[in-house]
Amino acid sequence: MKFIAHINVMPQQEILDPQGKAVKLGLKNLGIGGVEDVRIGKHITVAFEAANETEANEVIKTACSKLLANLIMETFEFTLEKV
Amino acid sequence: MKFGVIVFPGSNCDDDMVYALQGLGQEAIKLWHKDTSLQNCDCVVLPGGFSYGDYLRTGAIARFSPIMETVSQFAAQGGYVIGVCNGFQILAEAGLVPGVLLRNTNQKYVCKNIYLKPYQTNTLLTQGLQTDKAYKIPIAHGEGRYYAKPEVIKELKKNGQILFSYCNAEGQITEEANPNGSMENIAGVCNATKNVFGMMPHPERAANSLLGNTDGKFILQSIFQMANA
Repeated sequence: MKFIAHINVMPQQEILDPQGKAVKLGLKNLGIGGVEDVRIGKHITVAFEAANETEANEVIKTACSKLLANLIMETFEFTLEKV
Repeated sequence: MKFGVIVFPGSNCDDDMVYALQGLGQEAIKLWHKDTSLQNCDCVVLPGGFSYGDYLRTGAIARFSPIMETVSQFAAQGGYVIGVCNGFQILAEAGLVPGVLLRNTNQKYVCKNIYLKPYQTNTLLTQGLQTDKAYKIPIAHGEGRYYAKPEVIKELKKNGQILFSYCNAEGQITEEANPNGSMENIAGVCNATKNVFGMMPHPERAANSLLGNTDGKFILQSIFQMANA
């Protein structure tokens, strides 16, 4: 079966995100008021083959925890799409 | 002592490291990241640079280079491994030293001389140093903010795993002397068994009088002083 995993990787809540901080300033300069917080992560899509959904889940969990995210500083979540 | 400096795609301080070590009378060779042999080196060095273009996270992809499997085994057997700058980031990603390096709090790539204060003198890298001295060493990084969970920092302190802290010219560890927002001004750490070392500053860029700074020599010399003792 073919799958596409849609993965979001975000910096952990307690960690300062300088990129988000800079973009927050940019939004303010754009005239958008009332912005309390901006945090920037990554959206990753992985197209792959797996025997079934359970295996697909395991594969992406491994991919996320070993390479796509560093769990010391980031969190991840994903959804699987069958194609 | 035989040093092996690993060349990853995007490493750019490999030549500097080889040159500095050879200048101090040591044997130093380059190791290609796709090889798996450490060629009987006594100490493996992961140099600075931008391995794999810093894609995904600094050091995240390089840690899966073929040679890193051998480096991990070598480290597990007590072999000496030293990572400088991007090398430190790779070791952190590989889990060979605790913590991670985050983007600098000031949103800048910082390239300047800073001062380092050694925490203790009972490791390979700090053996030849004085804890009451401030060593002038350059840094050059955008992601050097050392971060680990508070309980990990506590362990590091307890076990003497903090190698260096950023300080001012007088050797005082102050907030102003912290160039990147590192926790506790940490500039370098080692693993629990004290054979794997990571540091953001570049001692190899401060080991030649022509460059106007030779404090890095003390750190590099420390490595083989202890090994020869």
